[in-house]
Amino acid sequence: MEFEEARDFSERCTQCTAVSWGITDEGTYYCTSCLNVTERCKEVESIVDFTPNTKIQAISRGLKKKRKLEKGWEWYVCEGFQYVLYQQAEALLSLGVCPKLKDEVLHNFWKRYLQKSKQAYCRKPIYSNDNKSAASDSHLSLSGLDSEPELLSIRSCPSSEGEAESQSDVNSGLILPNIKTTQCETTSVCSGSVDGVEYSRQKEKGILKMTLPMTLAFCYMSLLWQRETITLSDLLRFVEDGHIPYINTYQNFPEEMKLYGQDIKFFSVESWPVYEDIYEKMIELGKFLDLPRFPDITENCFLHPNMLCMKYLMEANLPDEMHSLTCQVTRITGMGEVDFLTFDPITQKTKTVKYDVQAVAIIVVVLKLLFLLNDNVEWSLSSLAQENNENNHEGKPYFDFRKWYQIMKKIIDEKQQKQEEFRAKYLWKSAKPLYYSSVDRSVVYKRRRMVANLQKQFSILVDSAPNPEKKKPSSFQLNWAEDQNTTCFHGHSLQKILQKKGKSLTTLNSQYWLSTQKFCKSYCKHVTTYEESNFSVSYQFVLNFFSFLLRIKTSLLHEEVSLIEKRLFYKKYENKSKASKSKKARRF
Amino acid sequence: MDAFSEELMRSVEDDDQVEASIGCGPEIHLPWLSQHLQNTVSHGHKGINFAQTTSICLNFIQEALLKHQWQRASEFLQHYFQALEDFNSQKRQVALQNIWKLGSAILYHHPKSNVETFNAFADRMKNIGVQNYLKISLQHALYLLHKGMVEEAYRNLNQAESWRYGEMSASQEKIIKLIQAYRGLLDYYTWSKKRTELSKFDMDGFATSAATQDMHSYFRQASVNLHEIIKIPGVWDPFVKSYVEMLEFYGDQDGARQVLTDYAYDNNFPSNPNAHIYLYKFLKKEKAPEDKLISVLKILHQIVPSHKIMLEFHMLLRKSKKEEHQKLGLEVLFAVLDFSGCTENITAWKYLAKYLKQIMMEKHLNWVQEGWSSRKDWWPTFHFSYYLAKKNWKENKILALEKAFTSGILLGKGKLSWGHLSGAPSSPDTYTSYLLKISVHSIPLLPPQRTR
Repeated sequence: MEFEEARDFSERCTQCTAVSWGITDEGTYYCTSCLNVTERCKEVESIVDFTPNTKIQAISRGLKKKRKLEKGWEWYVCEGFQYVLYQQAEALLSLGVCPKLKDEVLHNFWKRYLQKSKQAYCRKPIYSNDNKSAASDSHLSLSGLDSEPELLSIRSCPSSEGEAESQSDVNSGLILPNIKTTQCETTSVCSGSVDGVEYSRQKEKGILKMTLPMTLAFCYMSLLWQRETITLSDLLRFVEDGHIPYINTYQNFPEEMKLYGQDIKFFSVESWPVYEDIYEKMIELGKFLDLPRFPDITENCFLHPNMLCMKYLMEANLPDEMHSLTCQVTRITGMGEVDFLTFDPITQKTKTVKYDVQAVAIIVVVLKLLFLLNDNVEWSLSSLAQENNENNHEGKPYFDFRKWYQIMKKIIDEKQQKQEEFRAKYLWKSAKPLYYSSVDRSVVYKRRRMVANLQKQFSILVDSAPNPEKKKPSSFQLNWAEDQNTTCFHGHSLQKILQKKGKSLTTLNSQYWLSTQKFCKSYCKHVTTYEESNFSVSYQFVLNFFSFLLRIKTSLLHEEVSLIEKRLFYKKYENKSKASKSKKARRF
Repeated sequence: MDAFSEELMRSVEDDDQVEASIGCGPEIHLPWLSQHLQNTVSHGHKGINFAQTTSICLNFIQEALLKHQWQRASEFLQHYFQALEDFNSQKRQVALQNIWKLGSAILYHHPKSNVETFNAFADRMKNIGVQNYLKISLQHALYLLHKGMVEEAYRNLNQAESWRYGEMSASQEKIIKLIQAYRGLLDYYTWSKKRTELSKFDMDGFATSAATQDMHSYFRQASVNLHEIIKIPGVWDPFVKSYVEMLEFYGDQDGARQVLTDYAYDNNFPSNPNAHIYLYKFLKKEKAPEDKLISVLKILHQIVPSHKIMLEFHMLLRKSKKEEHQKLGLEVLFAVLDFSGCTENITAWKYLAKYLKQIMMEKHLNWVQEGWSSRKDWWPTFHFSYYLAKKNWKENKILALEKAFTSGILLGKGKLSWGHLSGAPSSPDTYTSYLLKISVHSIPLLPPQRTR
């Protein structure tokens, strides 16, 4: 047992250069061949209590050893990503997410990723060449990494310098074999991390490589697993607004984690994440990790269309009465069913739901049902409502689409302008500039200083008005109930437009047009395409408004609307007239 | 796997037990489907990235500059500086130039800006990248000149001239020449100041000779650089003028004439009316033969037929004995009046009226015909409309009379008329007839004499 435990101490004996250590009763190492006793202590605790912890330390072990003076610590690319994930998880927690997300869900996903991508928790990690496999194996078998993964705590990431320092002695016994160290000395010319060059070269099939957008896929997957009240569009919005670290996350790395050369490719990103990209990565990741079916999305979950529709109706300043219609559409299309909504990565035909986009698309469909949105019906209905409201001051006012359009248009134009300015002013470069090789270092730093100086000089010329305070993160971007200056349409009624006839609801508008008639059947990814000029102005506005709200492409929303319409009308069509199939979904 | 799943599952809260009650109610009646639309390609866009940010930012700065919103512009410029940190070196270069242009424009106009801020900015910009040092130095000097800080500017130019970094590229060599030329111009400026000082004060012989020598040294410094720059094809008006002035001062008439002749006649140089004017004025001062003057102005007439010196040219031609010149004299006048800027030039009209009369007397009708044939279609409306007659009469009666006389000859029915012969419109000459009508009414009637 003792011998086994001493295996992770792999330095050569100063007396006989053998690598064969035992542990004395005092906990220090002694050489089994010459009986030379070292001053190094084996931390007994770590065996007894921290067995889980040692494993994660194995991932972050590089953090602990300083290479040479300027070179900083030895660290691995996956450790860098782990650090990013850690920061993101912390940020999510501070947004009020359940703490389990970090310690249990995200942590487990990450562990599984390391295992699946053969970077840790497996018998033969991807980087071990033959000459060092023995050392790695011995190390791994000691920590029991090849056995069933257990629950680990995420404490592996030192959150402060002090902590890192205190741990460095403790873990000095866990450093990598010497062979590895010499090797990384040569590779380090091109990257700060030990395996940066190797990592960028690695192209093994079937292995999903880590990227920065991938960290967001991890976050979103964890949120989805926890069924948190943050949708993907919310997540990306928080990233854009700086509530969740994503761009320049590397600048928060411990100072000893030097980052340059190849590392830049992994940790520097100069664009904001795109909805579809992260969404697809999440599905890919779910499959790669071979995850079980996610917890059911039921009617009580925030992600259920009924809930989300309510939220977006409020945000879009639309009447509450529309909610019953959105619920109807959800029910008819079957999009509210648990099996439809729940993410199950293992099923052969993975179908997934963009919850936020879907909910918004349902609202668009309902708007089309009520007002047709053909640049004609909606305005005449508005005139009716206006007339009624002028003559009738009692009771709920009728919903006036024109008035709504005018108010929303103004708001959205302002918001769009602000967003454009925000984007124009976004500072991408961090105070800690990146360089490809140490030769560039001084130049890059000089440039950085120059820019800082120029910015300082011009700051005198700028109006001294303090910068607007950072927006507090909120799921709502627009708030109507509190704002006294504009009309809040929540309480307005849909009377006249929506009538109860017997057992069914009938819209005054008796027509409908499909957003898409033909769906792409080829292997291209998109369902349909969207060309603005083909559509009515009010439809364009509605799409633009909602896609601005979610910060997605208009075409994505249009696709979703088309898909819902397909379900909505196809069902009816199936039930009633199978004979007239050739006429396409024209009449019901 | 199972343990893993269990682990995950544990985190799932059992909150699915409660039955939801929303979404119930009467079923919606789906409306008819009518319209169908075909779809075409959509244009997707990627997530906002660094490059987009800088380009949007640039647009905002330009827009703000256009609207003279200096504060707003500087606010955005502050955020544009990061373009200097682009990983792409070419883009860095472009950004650098943009920043220099926009930044100097902002600092030039911004109410809170002053010379110090501009200097600091320019010095900073000079030292980012090697390629822009000279250009920025020169522009910096020009800014200082604009602010009246001649000495500062001179020092700046000197500094730039002595700056060396590796091998000089062709473009840099050109800029160095320019820098030297501007320095020469400033030397001339000092020289000219000293000259006026010298002429103003009475000084004893010794002081005078010292001052003269001092002045002369400036002349030498300036002339070397000025001489260099005017050898390169280009438009160098102020440089040429000052150089010639100095040469003249020191009595080097031949040198000055040579410089001006080269400047005007070298085919490598771009066509430049001023070059001919300088030469003409110089020759006129020298009392050169008229034929020579005429040949200089002939070229100017071809380049700028509307130049005011053309009236002088006309006088020269009229005085000339050669018939060819006299004929050209008429054409010159016609050409001057072809331009809308000269329509109310009394002298031109006076000359024309007078000259037309003279030509008619000398029976050179064909000259008039030649000049008139290309103008008869548009001059009547351009010069002799009813509206203009009214306007001219109201504003300037002498002009109106001169014009009326001319139009009478060219169009009218007066006894000098040749219009019918030349096929001019036989309609009554509106200009003259209006004036006739007007003058009848406006001539104060004499008080009727009382008859007894």
